[in-house]
Amino acid sequence: MVNMILNGLDISVEEGTTLLEAAKFYGIDIPTLCYDETLSPYGACRLCLVEVGEPGKAKLFSACTYPVREGLIVKTNTKRVIDARKMIIELYLASCPSSKKIQDLASEYGVTEVRFTPKNDECILCGLCVRVCEEQMQAKAIGFIDRGVNRYISTPFERQSEDCRLCGACMYICPVCQARCQGPREEETICNACLNISPPCLEKYDEAMCYMDPCVACELEKEPDE
Amino acid sequence: MAPLPVKFKTKEDFLSFKQRSIEQYEKNRCYLAVCGDTGCSVQGSKNLYDQLEIYLRKQGYTENVKLKCTGCLGLCENGPLVIVYPQEIFYQRVEPEDIEEIIEKTVIQGEIIERLLYSDPVSGEKYIYGRELPFYKSQLRNLLEANWKIDPGSIEDYIANGGYAALVNAVTEMDPGAVVEEIKKSQLRGRGGAGFYTWVKWEECRQQTGRKFIICNADEGDPGAFMDRSLMEGNPHSVLEGLIIGGYATGAQEGIVYIRAEYPSAVEKLKLAIDRAEDLGLVGENILGSDFNFQVYLSIGAGAFICGETSALIASVDGRIGEPVQKPPRLVQNGYLGRPTVVNNVESLANVPLILRDGAQKYCRVGTEKSSGTKIFSLVGKVNNTGLVEVPLGITLREIIYDIGGGIKEGKQFKAVQTGGPSGGCIPASSLDLPTDFDQLSSAGSMIGSGGMIVMDDETCMVDIARYFLQFLADESCGCCFTCREGISRLLEIVKEISDGSAKPGQLELLKELAGVVKDSTMCGLGQTAPNPVLSTLRHFEEEYRAHIEQKHCPAGVCRELITYSIDQKLCNGCGLCLKNCPAGAVTGNKKEPHYILYDKCDKCGVCTTVCRAEAVIKQ
Amino acid sequence: MKKAIVLGFEVPRGPDGVSIVALLQAIQDKYNYLPEKFLRRAAREMEVPLIDVYSVAKFYKSFSLVPEGRHQIVTCTGTACHVRGSEKITEEISRTLGVEVNSTSPDGEYSLKCVNCVGACASAPLVIVDGEYHGNMTPLKAGKLFAQGAKGKTAVS
Repeated sequence: MVNMILNGLDISVEEGTTLLEAAKFYGIDIPTLCYDETLSPYGACRLCLVEVGEPGKAKLFSACTYPVREGLIVKTNTKRVIDARKMIIELYLASCPSSKKIQDLASEYGVTEVRFTPKNDECILCGLCVRVCEEQMQAKAIGFIDRGVNRYISTPFERQSEDCRLCGACMYICPVCQARCQGPREEETICNACLNISPPCLEKYDEAMCYMDPCVACELEKEPDE
Repeated sequence: MAPLPVKFKTKEDFLSFKQRSIEQYEKNRCYLAVCGDTGCSVQGSKNLYDQLEIYLRKQGYTENVKLKCTGCLGLCENGPLVIVYPQEIFYQRVEPEDIEEIIEKTVIQGEIIERLLYSDPVSGEKYIYGRELPFYKSQLRNLLEANWKIDPGSIEDYIANGGYAALVNAVTEMDPGAVVEEIKKSQLRGRGGAGFYTWVKWEECRQQTGRKFIICNADEGDPGAFMDRSLMEGNPHSVLEGLIIGGYATGAQEGIVYIRAEYPSAVEKLKLAIDRAEDLGLVGENILGSDFNFQVYLSIGAGAFICGETSALIASVDGRIGEPVQKPPRLVQNGYLGRPTVVNNVESLANVPLILRDGAQKYCRVGTEKSSGTKIFSLVGKVNNTGLVEVPLGITLREIIYDIGGGIKEGKQFKAVQTGGPSGGCIPASSLDLPTDFDQLSSAGSMIGSGGMIVMDDETCMVDIARYFLQFLADESCGCCFTCREGISRLLEIVKEISDGSAKPGQLELLKELAGVVKDSTMCGLGQTAPNPVLSTLRHFEEEYRAHIEQKHCPAGVCRELITYSIDQKLCNGCGLCLKNCPAGAVTGNKKEPHYILYDKCDKCGVCTTVCRAEAVIKQ
Repeated sequence: MKKAIVLGFEVPRGPDGVSIVALLQAIQDKYNYLPEKFLRRAAREMEVPLIDVYSVAKFYKSFSLVPEGRHQIVTCTGTACHVRGSEKITEEISRTLGVEVNSTSPDGEYSLKCVNCVGACASAPLVIVDGEYHGNMTPLKAGKLFAQGAKGKTAVS
């Protein structure tokens, strides 16, 4: 076991785990976009940033890729961390407003303004699809192509890959494809709808079934003739 | 050339070979050193060398007058350079037409040819001997000195001038711990950018067991920096010797030189050097009869700036895309092939033989307390004496730019000097008296980096410079981290808006805020330093940014959308040169009558300004 | 240097054998681009997924997946070249020859590329034509250098 300090708490965690896993184990929520517990960590989305090190000398690292070590001092919710996350979320919103996951994060972090020119990129290059294809499906049909601002994900020679079995895992795991936010229009980028309204089914079930409006659960409950 | 012996088995084998090499070297005291470095070859030194060879052969002088194609001699501005030995007469801007005169007059009769001498651009004084030039006088050329004396292709030349003695001594007389100790005493810091103590890396690697690697990072990607190239082209054995010593000290039996493909000549020189060292048994099994084995491999980069970052470099050596990985675990625990790996810069390694040869104590006498030794800078841009300069760490920027560099071109005003490449920043005139050491430059918002020093005058726009570096980084980032990829792209977007005058008030604050986050939250060194060019220009030249935003005016007259060209109707004599040369067809007018520029056609290339003899083109 | 023969190409060997990058460099050197069939063969021979080979080929700047022009024109865009006006020179060449930056002219005659510093900053700005360096360029000189070439004669340099 490794002893370290997490948000002021003395904790001990198993060796070989990451800061993200340790934080999760102790019930501390760290947002992620490129992390999936069944896949190897990639550290690309930068949302899981935490402050590591002595006060004054601390630096930000992605929690998903940082292995726990004896004596580490880690803080997950400092102003520096939250400010960085807010800016990152704002950047995400500006480039990919159609992802419900990103819109939810924006609501959670109170990001109410986007100061960048909106783009409607579909892909945030989190690489979940590339990893699920390689690690879970053993196919390796897709990968990162080109570099820098021109980077994208594709198949060899941009054609249907012989290695692809059309399993659909890449779409299933995609944080943009899996749930679309219908709210924002191109010029607006911020929806802030789902999380900000009171869930419609709260009165009926005494528990929120979903955050969609109209509520999917309520819609399903409806009698056909209603 | 002395016949190559079989591999050295003992120190005595080496010493007797050294003796023979020295005799051979002394015998050929009368020679011409022609700079064969890329800088001079651009100016025609290759052809000059060939012509000299033909002339010497034709006249039958080959026995007595030797010819050496050397590495960079330093003063690239005045190339091609030729130095006549043994007197060391320094000729500059030599043309093939000068050959006969040089041989017949200077070499044979010892006469000086006035017109080929260097004359100071300010005082007009002429100098006969290289070392008397102000350019060289203020330098301390510990590493570059050898470039004047040796043929980079000849291991005999290198050995005759003291080369490989440090390696031989280390392997036969010292244990690896003692070598690391000596490097520790020398306080040598990495010359690649970060200034990390070399001994710390070496000691950590020495403590590790099993298969280890030492890598020489010759992926000199910073634009405007070419000292590593010149070291490898001019004195490849010094780098190789440093690498082998590094291998001995750290216990790595395999060394890799990762060199960028844009340096074809350096690749050739290094290949040859490795082959030669292998021939003599300085690389291979049981070096000098000891149980130290060391193999050297060459890995050629395929064009990616990010591969200068050590973990990306290792990915590239391994044949993967150059994507950095987060440290920890550090490379010294988990590097190439998952084994302990040390990565050192070219210039750091070239310092190692010097330290062992002269002793750490002597080495420490040069430089400052925390930055010992010398540093090579490539002094380029709008400065009179562009070239390669080597100075003790700690001398001021003013000394480098004015005493050595001879001041600003065409008597213009100094504005800033850019150091540290895309990770560095711009240092303004008010900080010219800053000493150049690792810590002081960082405090001014820049860094020594690999040693590129680009001097800028008042015709350089700082917004444009920030835009340039961001564009560079947008293309060169690997694209993995969101904050680096998207952050740089957004920074660039804002800077472009500022430079074309479409920026809204408040953009400057957003620029600062975003730059801070990119710096703080990205994984590797490229991303963490990417905002530096913006932050440092903002810090020292915020007024210039504001002028772009508020007055829609580019004070340096660079940002195209904010300038217009017009023709002064009184000064124009209607010669038609601008009309003839304008690539956009934007000039109109009758011959012998004042011309006009059609604003909607003009794409502001500025050709009209350069061709106009009447200075009638006005840029506003 | 230690070498190995892979797919008929002579490739330098590293501590871990031949790397994909080294093999692709050998192919690029011979054909001036990376033909698809060789990338497929390389993947099979080296036993790596095709996507990894393709990814490497697209990541590094010195590789090209389409045949390059008979004449290679490279303008240096290092910092020293930039402050001495390399941008305008690139534009001028692009205009004279009718080639976009980082592409090849339709007749396959010229490829125009930008590189980040060739390390000959003293002679900035630089243009390299088929491996030959031309220093201290101006838009005017650059235009003249290629003026004849554009008319169909390959009179560059």
